[in-house]
Amino acid sequence: MKLKSLFAAASLAALATTAAADPVKVGMITTLSGGGAGLGIDVRDGFMLAVKQSGNTDIEVVIEDDQRKPDIAVQLADRMIQSDKVDILTGIIWSNLAMAVVPSATAQGKFYLSPNAGPSQLAGKGCHKNYFNVAWQNDNLHEAAGAYAKEAGYTNTFILAPNYPAGQDALTGFKRTYGGELAGEIYTKLGQTDYAGEIAQIRASGADSVFFFLPGGMGISFLKQYADSGVELPVVGPAFSFDQGILQAVGAAALGVINTSQWNKDIDNAANKAFVETFQAEYGRLPSLYASQGFDTANLILSAMAKADVADQDTFRAALEAAEFASVRGDFKFGPNHHPIQDIFVREVIQEGDVFANKIIGTALTDHGDAYAAECKM
Amino acid sequence: MTRETWINAALALGLLAVPLWAWVADEPFTITLATKVAILALAGVGLNIALGLGGLVSLGHAAFFGLGGYAMGILAAHAQNYTPLMEWPLVVEGTKSMPVIWLVAVIVSALTALLIGALSLRTSGVYFIMITLAFGQMLYYFAISWPAYGGEDGLSIYVRNGFPGLNTLDPIQFFAICYVLLILALAFSARLARSPFGLALNAARQSPQRVETVGISPYRLRLLAFVISGAITGLAGALFADLNRFVSPSMFSWQTSGEIMVFIILGGTARLFGPVAGAALFIFLEQALGGLSEYWHVHLGLLLLAVVLFARGGIIGTLAGQGARND
Amino acid sequence: MALPGKPLGEQNKLMTTILLIEQVLNGLQFGVMLFLTAAGLTLVFGVMGLINLAHGSLFMVGAFAAAAVAGATGSFILALAASLAAAAAAGALVEMLVIRRLYSRDHLDQVLATFALILIFSEGTRWLFGSFPLYLNIPTWLSGPVTLPGGIQYPLYRLTIIAIGLVIAGGLFLLISRTRLGIRIRAGESDREMIAALGVDISKLYTIVFALGAALAGLAGALVGAIQSVQVGMGEPVLILAFVVIVIGGIGLVKGALIGSILVGLTDTLGRILLPEVFKLFLDPSTATSIGASLATMSIYILMAAVLVVKPTGLFGAKA
Repeated sequence: MKLKSLFAAASLAALATTAAADPVKVGMITTLSGGGAGLGIDVRDGFMLAVKQSGNTDIEVVIEDDQRKPDIAVQLADRMIQSDKVDILTGIIWSNLAMAVVPSATAQGKFYLSPNAGPSQLAGKGCHKNYFNVAWQNDNLHEAAGAYAKEAGYTNTFILAPNYPAGQDALTGFKRTYGGELAGEIYTKLGQTDYAGEIAQIRASGADSVFFFLPGGMGISFLKQYADSGVELPVVGPAFSFDQGILQAVGAAALGVINTSQWNKDIDNAANKAFVETFQAEYGRLPSLYASQGFDTANLILSAMAKADVADQDTFRAALEAAEFASVRGDFKFGPNHHPIQDIFVREVIQEGDVFANKIIGTALTDHGDAYAAECKM
Repeated sequence: MTRETWINAALALGLLAVPLWAWVADEPFTITLATKVAILALAGVGLNIALGLGGLVSLGHAAFFGLGGYAMGILAAHAQNYTPLMEWPLVVEGTKSMPVIWLVAVIVSALTALLIGALSLRTSGVYFIMITLAFGQMLYYFAISWPAYGGEDGLSIYVRNGFPGLNTLDPIQFFAICYVLLILALAFSARLARSPFGLALNAARQSPQRVETVGISPYRLRLLAFVISGAITGLAGALFADLNRFVSPSMFSWQTSGEIMVFIILGGTARLFGPVAGAALFIFLEQALGGLSEYWHVHLGLLLLAVVLFARGGIIGTLAGQGARND
Repeated sequence: MALPGKPLGEQNKLMTTILLIEQVLNGLQFGVMLFLTAAGLTLVFGVMGLINLAHGSLFMVGAFAAAAVAGATGSFILALAASLAAAAAAGALVEMLVIRRLYSRDHLDQVLATFALILIFSEGTRWLFGSFPLYLNIPTWLSGPVTLPGGIQYPLYRLTIIAIGLVIAGGLFLLISRTRLGIRIRAGESDREMIAALGVDISKLYTIVFALGAALAGLAGALVGAIQSVQVGMGEPVLILAFVVIVIGGIGLVKGALIGSILVGLTDTLGRILLPEVFKLFLDPSTATSIGASLATMSIYILMAAVLVVKPTGLFGAKA
């Protein structure tokens, strides 16, 4: 067993008074090396912060790096289930890795709690009683962007996303709530870094606004080039390209951009205030969206542990379904397919001193579920 | 027996002993790792026929690895959903039977290798490396953007495919299948090297003119080697997909091609058991270093560098004491 | 957006022509960016016969050095200088420690060793700079669009990149054809023993050429980094493209790299724009967009395969 990756919740576990229930073993598979490691590190840090704050000695977390490779993720899941005998799996960032791991993990009777990815298959026909999504269904933030665009009175928007399933879902999600005309709809290459061609098309299209979903470095590239192009149409996007971790890299090019998110650091509730403060104190940086999702995931597990023994799966599942924990995003509950029903906010990128951050300026969707719940037969 | 033969025997037995020990000790994950070594070594044995024997440095073997994977994924997905693969002109159903899947994987890979090889073999040297890479990348981007079979998300198969008389879900039994296929491929590869075809291929690698003067076309020899090579790598791809019960476009990526090549160089280019030694060491390092530090890629890189600089001829070349074959 | 005074059909035609010209400019600019990376790669291959997979890492080193210096000093010029210096230094260091031992080896050993270098560079950079992308932006005096004749709005920075690229291409041609170093480089390409016999310190020459190639890659990284994302792994897609470029043009030839870059830049940019439009002629827009985009991602590889099938040593490569 690897010492480095074995975080005991407290090293004094041996001295603790004997707990009533069996300890819960959580396997966290997330991306900790290579490109995209920032997201996994945030989920891990948020999760471990909640575990540490709880002081609960009955939770043990095994953390492993999937290198963002589906085959590595599958093998880690196999190992955690077969050798480490974990009760709950969590941590995966990317939809394609989730699709590789989740169906077989839940089929083997393990709980899986997703702190980030929410592919539509797992919300609809492929839903499972042991699968819970604590973040969002993939379409949610795009639907919120569509709703915002409609409300803002845009009638001729230009939409673009990379040509892969999450990109196709993004444009579908946006169109679901937007309802207006499209000045153009384009799919870009996955991993593309130069968007001069697309920006020229936007300029020539006569659009009144732009919606884009370009996660990670793609979004940074697009925004920098867009800001420099002289095209001054308003831009709307999901939170991923405007998150705390990468906002500093985009810089002033992102100022004023509207984005949609289920969380922000200025949401006014006690849990969130404490989270933002303690996260900064512990790690010396502002928490991101991903950190908040990791934090909520751990608190959901802890809340269920307080009510049920993980060995008794039905009771434990009911305790998870109840979701009685203080979410940092405020109100939070699960829909019938174990995906969140929550408010999704509209944020604007602002500058606070030297740091770029987001400010909530409204609510795009209230108590929003997802479009696939009806297809789910549990 | 030469020293290399002893090393080969030790490798073959070692790859068998580790999972057997793990089976007794109830360490199923170690068996999974040994299975991964066997499968990746098989992919390497395939590439080694083109690379070691034929001198054809292909940086596009991920194409065949991925095709084998998708042969498994597509057939099993149709069987899983009870939808026919095609209905016209005749109804073709999906299947969950490994032998059928292997056959399809081998045929599809061989045909694709015939096409890619026929075009690529017009070039040589670095140009050959890059044109094979180009074909691999074409398939990679095609797989990502083709929505029918999951695109970048890939395809998940919930239950491992079946083999008559065996329970493939049991890690040790699935390992046995992969191990037997690897040994068969090694035996085939050894015989091939000593066959008239292998000798002619070797001669064509060293001096194409000489082969031509005796009336053999080097182009045809190489094309045949490339096809056999692709077919074996395709078979490995089908097994790899079954190991993970999952296929995705990452099997087509140039990094996959690079890794298969790294196994061969690490083990010893043109050595029969080179891919076995290389894959075993690589997987071992990945596991051993992964726990040491978040930045373990640095250590892996340094170790690989040390092997190239100081252990010429790879692991087997160093251990067997003979200098590397110089080409 | 109707312009007054002109019939709608004519306006559309004007619009399309302007768009097409703009896209050709974009393709040209993308090509020039590729050339900066490919020039070093092709030089190193031509002179030393080395396949350097770690060339993309030097591109990344340049971008990170520029971002760090720009962050500390606020000067873009200093940042560019830093990118040149850091990449050249990294290149020289790597050449003396590792690459030097690989010249006599076959391509396979070179592939493995430089693959190992990628791992070391990438994770080493992540270790130094963290996992999040860095900030590097265009200086204010180069930002924003300018209006070209014909009313085309085009970013000044991209025009600057085109200019820098062309200046460097010209400089390289002069360097190789007119200077003593250039004579030695050309001699090194054709006959290594010969120049050693002439008393040229060949190992010093190799270090200089490698550092020069690295510096060019580093400069490209910094220039491109200002309008893209400065992050670990940013060099790998560029590396593959640079290889495509030098293979299309003929390995070892600066002229080949220049023509190859521009061909690839134009194919990629115009393919992305035009292919979906072509498919829209006989398919519904949504399917056409998707199929066109898929084909566009493959277009440069199809171009490369086609070139090599017809001319197995690239467009300008001489010997078979």
